[in-house]
Amino acid sequence: MSAVIENHHDDHHHGPAKGLTRWLYTTNHKDIGTLYLWFSFAMFLIGGAMAMIIRAELFQPGMQIVEPEFYNQMITLHGLIMIFGGVMPAFVGLANWLVPMMIGAPDMALPRMNNLSFWILPFAFFILLSSLFMEGGAPNFGWTFYAPLSTTYAPPSVTFFIFSVHIMGASSIMGAINVIVTIMNMRAPGMDLMKMPLFVWSWLITAYLLIAVMPVLAGAVTMMLMDIHFGTSFFNAAGGGDPVLFQHIFWFFGHPEVYIMILPAFGIVSHIIETFSRKQLFGYSSMVWAMLSIAILSFVVWAHHMFTVGMPLAAELFFMWATMLIAVPTGVKVFNWIATMFRGSITFETPMLFACAFVVLFTLGGFSGLMLAITPADFQYHDTYFVVAHFHYVLVPGAIFSIMAAVYYWIPKWSGNMYDERLGKLHFWLSFIGVNVTFFPQHFIGLAGMPRRYPDYALQFADWNMVSTVGAFLFGFSQVFFLFIVIKTVMGGKKATDQVWEGARGLEWTVASPAPYHTFGTPPKVD
Amino acid sequence: MLSNLINKLTGFLLTISLFSNPVKADWFALNMTEGATAISQEVFNLHMLIFWICVAIGVVVFSVMFYSMFAHTKKKNPVAATFHESTKVEIAWTVIPFLILIAMAVPASKTLTKMYDDTAGDVNIQVTGFQWKWQYRYLEDGVSFFSNLSTDMDEIYNLVPKGENYLQEVDEAVVIPVGKKVRFLITANDVIHSWWVPAFAIKQDAIPGFVNTAWTKVDQVGTYRGKCTELCGKNHGFMPIVVKVVEQDEYDLWVSDKKDAAFKLAELTEKEWTTAELVERGEAVYATNCVACHQTNGQGIPGIFPALAGSDIVLNDKAKNIEILMEGVQGAAMNSFDYLSEVELASVITYTRQSWGNAKDGDGEIVSPKDIVDYKKPKI
Repeated sequence: MSAVIENHHDDHHHGPAKGLTRWLYTTNHKDIGTLYLWFSFAMFLIGGAMAMIIRAELFQPGMQIVEPEFYNQMITLHGLIMIFGGVMPAFVGLANWLVPMMIGAPDMALPRMNNLSFWILPFAFFILLSSLFMEGGAPNFGWTFYAPLSTTYAPPSVTFFIFSVHIMGASSIMGAINVIVTIMNMRAPGMDLMKMPLFVWSWLITAYLLIAVMPVLAGAVTMMLMDIHFGTSFFNAAGGGDPVLFQHIFWFFGHPEVYIMILPAFGIVSHIIETFSRKQLFGYSSMVWAMLSIAILSFVVWAHHMFTVGMPLAAELFFMWATMLIAVPTGVKVFNWIATMFRGSITFETPMLFACAFVVLFTLGGFSGLMLAITPADFQYHDTYFVVAHFHYVLVPGAIFSIMAAVYYWIPKWSGNMYDERLGKLHFWLSFIGVNVTFFPQHFIGLAGMPRRYPDYALQFADWNMVSTVGAFLFGFSQVFFLFIVIKTVMGGKKATDQVWEGARGLEWTVASPAPYHTFGTPPKVD
Repeated sequence: MLSNLINKLTGFLLTISLFSNPVKADWFALNMTEGATAISQEVFNLHMLIFWICVAIGVVVFSVMFYSMFAHTKKKNPVAATFHESTKVEIAWTVIPFLILIAMAVPASKTLTKMYDDTAGDVNIQVTGFQWKWQYRYLEDGVSFFSNLSTDMDEIYNLVPKGENYLQEVDEAVVIPVGKKVRFLITANDVIHSWWVPAFAIKQDAIPGFVNTAWTKVDQVGTYRGKCTELCGKNHGFMPIVVKVVEQDEYDLWVSDKKDAAFKLAELTEKEWTTAELVERGEAVYATNCVACHQTNGQGIPGIFPALAGSDIVLNDKAKNIEILMEGVQGAAMNSFDYLSEVELASVITYTRQSWGNAKDGDGEIVSPKDIVDYKKPKI
């Protein structure tokens, strides 16, 4: 093929190596993007299997399948795997594939570090998952690992958990540095910051958030390590330490972290809505400013996760008001998406279906978020299924739907093949129904008074829990179907054009489908 | 663990049909309780206010979106409009939400300020979270007791039908007088717990080393049920709260009964105890305080909670045995149990030294309440 001819002319252009070493040694942003995406898919299925165990146990009141001890291990690992193994690596994979192509760069700025940041991840999760087979079992203190439950009272595997979190953090920081260096230095001539595609903007902001907060998480787990093994008392009240300090540190990481998991979704959805509305995105610059405001506000709202720890009134009021403020830039984004669709020329291919569902269901999650910000009401909502419903609404039909939308939207560019539109739509509807049947009833369960992280519950919660479990299995099996669709598309199918979508804009659509192993060896001109 | 899980999954599928619970349908348990106090009513109103504001915003925003999705399809509108910004509209949809937020923040801040009144109550109760039970100490009257889940294990493991108050019942409820300001001083002994009674709109974390306060004034006599809401280990879901609100004279009677019972318990310390008496009493103490970790068969859970059956200390080292219960084990989940009475401590230690073959394998010595009294004497 053309690769051979190019080799003749230019020694820098070559195809991928053959066999396993291609993947082990690769420094190619497309290969590494693919690795990240497959890895996150695998983690998504493992974390999903754990969710199925959780929901099966909650199908009826009483203990049926697992013991409370193992149940706690499942909720802990489910959360950690979905966040650090599912959503975050998926976004890094998308950044790897798309950021260089969108800004007209030949590759990521730091390709060897790119390889390293991916290849340490499987080890991190191998260590985390191996704790299931250790004496005393896996971490069982929730993904938020509040001390002293996670220090003095933790199973011995907590040390492996700490090590694994350190590796995940190192991977994220390296990935983030790479994204920032790439965007800052390798944009095609003429591409000013305010001309960058929104996905690139969203990732630039996300990367800064990552660099700001991952070291804080690393600090928190290191303090735990010291408390457990080296006799310090950072979080041990009996030794003069402060268990609430842990929560302040954790949520100073944790709140920006939730925006790390949603900002790239904002970028993706903006592109998809623009494309399928066949109309230029409404309010580009306000979109950028909204994301920046959300990112900055995310550093001053952390204690809204801690309204019940007994903070002074002034702190409660401050964190309530600051949190409510986030609704303004978030609202601006939603209004912009709708204004983009308004008087557009819309078609509903699978990516657009997922994007529309994202706008509606993410907004529902935003509403419950606003309710949770109201401190007096939060006293009733806090740590109940209402919170579980809230964050699953912003993470599943929010972050995860955006990732699925991105896969359908860009897979023709990645694989050169169109996915089967009928199967894609079927997958969408199954997921859409599944996600709502699972999580909508959890609002009721929570308001009626069921706390989260309960392996068993009082009888008045039985009916809606049963519905929720049915929905969860529907959603779970739909994702196995998604795996089938992806494999089928990669293996073959109708050939995609270079443009792929009629209304698509952006440099990635100017290269061939599938995208050649090396793109933009010479930077394109942007006007 | 995993193969075990698969076995249980298959078993589960078989038993689903057999054990479809006689659960009364409760499809209408959909909303927050209005509760039983002025504050909880205010919180409920606030919740409904924000809810309806969100519904209204949702209706407006989504109708525009759905309208576009139906009216502006490629079929009906082949050529898209070209507008892509409007300063006026953008200012409007920034300012209007901001004003709505202020309208929400004002009543919310007022209610919150009312809830933050930590002046002394007519009755002041210290609430202490333990793995996995609550202790209540009445600061004025000196009454003190533990409150444990009273639901039978057979109900939890689906061997018998579940009762009406499944997982919401305790052996001893906390009792407070109606119409009086009751202040709770909330703390914890081991990990973080959280004391939640929805009907009072009180949810306050119980944190070791901290004392948080919450107060209530309940207008209606009745029984109110709550739960622990901070993950506190394996039995987090099994340490409910029951508050009985009674008339003042009934409350006074209850307090004097509790005082009498405490006096009788103190008298028992002086008595000469036989092994059989201690073991019998110790079994009950073990069931409420020890069994969650060390298990009914004394085998513990490998890797987390050590076995008592065959333990060197339980077999042959009476002094160390007492010391561990009194002082706890540094850096481990085993806390001090010095809050138990001398009789309870002596009987439960004796019980562990006499059970699971320990009497045969070890020295079989019993511990009497006097041994505990001796231990508590200041050492020179």
